[in-house]
Amino acid sequence: MSLRTPLRPLARVLDARAKGENPDAIERENLRLRHEAGRDKLRQRAESRLLLMSLVFLLAFGAVGARMAALATTEAEEPRVASSGAVIHTTRADIVDRQGRVLATNFATNALYAHPHEIVDARAAADGLAEIFPEMDAETLYQRFTSERRFLWLRRYLSPEQEQAVHDLGEPGLLFGPREMRLYPNGPIAAHVLGGAGFGQEAVNAAEVIGIAGVEAQFDAVLRDPGQTGPLTLSLDLTVQATVEEVLAGGMALLNAQGAAAVMMDAHTGEIIAMASLPDFDPNNRPRPALEGDPADSPLFNRTVQGVYELGSVFKAFTVAQALDLGLFNTADMIDTRGPLRMAGFNIRDFRSYGPSQSVHDVFIHSSNIGTARMAQVIGGERQRAFLDLLGLLEPAPVELVEAANARPLLPQRWGDLATMTISYGHGLSTSPVSLAAAYASLVNGGTLIRPTLMRQDAPQQGQRVISEATSAAMRGLMRATVTEGTASFGEVAGYAVGGKTGTADMPRASGGYYDDRNLVTFAAAFPMHDPRYVLITTLQEPVETSGSEPRRTAGWTAVPVAAEIIRRTAPLMGLRPEIEPSALDALSSASR
Amino acid sequence: MTEIAHGTVIVQSGEAVLPRWWRTVDRVTIFCVLTLFAIGILLGFAASTPLAERNGLDPFHYVIRQGAFGAMGLSVMILVSMMGPVTIRRLGVLGFFGATLALAMLPAFGTDFGQGAVRWFSLGFASVQPAEFLKPVFVIFTAWMIASSQEVAGPPGKTVSLFAMIVIVGFLVMQPDFGQAALIIFAWSVIYFVAGAPMTLLFALMGLVGLGGVVAYNNSEHVARRIDGFLSAEIDPNTQIAYAADAIRNGGVFGAGLGEGTVRWTLPDAHTDFIIAVAAEEYGVVLVFLIIALFATITLRAFFRLMRERDPFIRLAGTGIASLLALQAFINLGVAARLLPAKGMTLPFVSYGGSSVIATGIAVGMLLAFTRLRPQGEIGDILLSRQR
Repeated sequence: MSLRTPLRPLARVLDARAKGENPDAIERENLRLRHEAGRDKLRQRAESRLLLMSLVFLLAFGAVGARMAALATTEAEEPRVASSGAVIHTTRADIVDRQGRVLATNFATNALYAHPHEIVDARAAADGLAEIFPEMDAETLYQRFTSERRFLWLRRYLSPEQEQAVHDLGEPGLLFGPREMRLYPNGPIAAHVLGGAGFGQEAVNAAEVIGIAGVEAQFDAVLRDPGQTGPLTLSLDLTVQATVEEVLAGGMALLNAQGAAAVMMDAHTGEIIAMASLPDFDPNNRPRPALEGDPADSPLFNRTVQGVYELGSVFKAFTVAQALDLGLFNTADMIDTRGPLRMAGFNIRDFRSYGPSQSVHDVFIHSSNIGTARMAQVIGGERQRAFLDLLGLLEPAPVELVEAANARPLLPQRWGDLATMTISYGHGLSTSPVSLAAAYASLVNGGTLIRPTLMRQDAPQQGQRVISEATSAAMRGLMRATVTEGTASFGEVAGYAVGGKTGTADMPRASGGYYDDRNLVTFAAAFPMHDPRYVLITTLQEPVETSGSEPRRTAGWTAVPVAAEIIRRTAPLMGLRPEIEPSALDALSSASR
Repeated sequence: MTEIAHGTVIVQSGEAVLPRWWRTVDRVTIFCVLTLFAIGILLGFAASTPLAERNGLDPFHYVIRQGAFGAMGLSVMILVSMMGPVTIRRLGVLGFFGATLALAMLPAFGTDFGQGAVRWFSLGFASVQPAEFLKPVFVIFTAWMIASSQEVAGPPGKTVSLFAMIVIVGFLVMQPDFGQAALIIFAWSVIYFVAGAPMTLLFALMGLVGLGGVVAYNNSEHVARRIDGFLSAEIDPNTQIAYAADAIRNGGVFGAGLGEGTVRWTLPDAHTDFIIAVAAEEYGVVLVFLIIALFATITLRAFFRLMRERDPFIRLAGTGIASLLALQAFINLGVAARLLPAKGMTLPFVSYGGSSVIATGIAVGMLLAFTRLRPQGEIGDILLSRQR
């Protein structure tokens, strides 16, 4: 290696100075030469390294080609699991409801495979199999049985009847491999909660079952743990779940809705008694997730947990509760409800006007957007945000489903005055129905925080206090009044003192703005209202009630009657006695006398 | 006297864009890419019909979609190949920042399509995987950084690009997407290697990767099972690899015949990661050889053209893109041939997938632009040597 030429060789610089030239030119020339020399060296190195890489890739491609050729020219052989391979655990715990009724269990079955070289009568075997399994073709089977192959899979699992029928063929070349498959005996009931399971690693003599969605995936490790004791007990009640799904499906069909969801929650323990999302699917035959289009259109989509929606006027309960709790208003205070209310170039209107000023009580039961927005102005954005956050409406619902963590509520980019006012009546903020259920439970149960759960609980949650006992009592009164004299008059169920709040939200367009004729209607109910035991959230997407002279799309005409029917049928199932009014009781006793 | 130097092209001022493009671009590579894409469509007719049937769509739904995406991808490829290296560098660096931002926003706005890893943005009509688009522009950014660090008193490009790589790999591992993370690391290493990295450092890096593999094997059941499955002498049946191996055997040398294949009914990824199994079963190992030869031709031609390239940025960027493409093809083929442990990776141009086809179109377009014939100053070398 030669010594580096200095950038400013003194002799040449002096020489240049003597001649009156610029000595900087010498430095620049030396710099250029050094740069070029470095570049040439790097280029030569790059050349050899590129050659090396060409060689490596050529070898790699050659190896793949050789390997493919070797594979293609060998015969198929029977797959065997080497004894050193991973152990396959085959016992997966059952999943049961709160009463111990089976929701998911295992079912011993067999996979069917063939050794064509051991088949005695290929013709008879092919015809026999084609008769048992409608999807098989006798000609194809015959060809495969008479081919040179030594092993082929025929089916991954068989029903007992099919197994017996194959057995009866008496063909020694047809063999069974033991399998354990996951069975959901109730079909699509509670499909979104259970999720589903599939085969993981498979071998001739065993296959591993793994959870792929819902609680099956959430508790996969627990369910697969060979040391587990007993089944996984959920908070669901199978009969209530079945009833909720049945009523909801009926309501959805009757009202031509695109989708529907319902959550029944214990107001004191946070246990989810029923969780339904329609359209649904059969976890025994779980459809493949769609890779294209809106995932929310898939039946796999759990609207109660994965869906975040602008839920509309049901949010007014939070605004009113906070205003009462802070002592800013009491229920008799009058509020100016003249419309439209202008704010930042945006008009807030009421669906129907009930006069130029209304009491807080009337604002709530008649669902006045203007009145609620005025209350929110007094509360202010910061306190509103803190309160909604405390109720768990600004975070993904903490339920035990793998899908829940990704369903993040959508908040406004800037929580300004306008956002504060629209959020006060449930627009501009999207959250999931299951979070709404928990927040309502916190409002009506005496004012302590409820977190939703799918696991059976033994005691009430001793949550943090969110509003006072007195405010909770006032809210119960307002919600009851909404049913007896307000927007939810169809919600009355004799003997169960239903209370609630309706919400009719315009669906947001994908392109921005809102649709005029597409609504997401919600009824947030609790019962019995003097000491609420359960909270029921019912939502329908784009329902239309057409019995009148013009189509009606508000919650009062759609979600409320569906929810009332759910309560009428499920309340007795959950052990609630109807409370007959004293006068009715008198009439009853006098009649019997 | 005029000396005609071999391989150089006389620059004519005022030559029209298209003729100059046609004269200087690597036409053999374009032909190879078109052939690969045609093979992909041909295989799609067989491989994607079962999926379309399962999803209740028109039987050729995916073929038509792939045709549309392919047309877009090829147009993008041609368009990009007409740009100058400097334009590509500028757009590429902008694209790099955009794609990194998109990747960083995935946890907040992405979707997992129920598959566990959040890798996609759902646009309603299609889904976009930012990592696919990040790879070529990451190469551009790294090549730009490292090439400028070779200037006298240049910026600390190696450190900057290494830092960028670590950040991106971090985001990818969070998803988790170890495959793309490995490709990003590989791309950076190749560029650094060709830029003249010291050999000792490279060996140390290799050791580190090996160590990382051992740690992953010991700490992740998922990884361990893949490796065990690969190392055990016999294949577990009913795994995708077993079906693929079965299909290759079934196809033999000349294939089972058109539409005679069965693997597409059993393999869930027959139209994407395991399309080569469909090719082998229906058309035999002959078609597999053709596909391998096409990829090898694209890669080697690019390398040989880049060897003569004097601009460090062009050389490094071209190398990065060509080797990424080659590695992706090699991994896809190697997994199906059981040469490598199972790892989902699409076969560029052949597999179904909108993001993948368009991103590959951009990458190959860049490669074509970098490997266009341009004056390399070789005449200067010749004159210099004659003076001596």
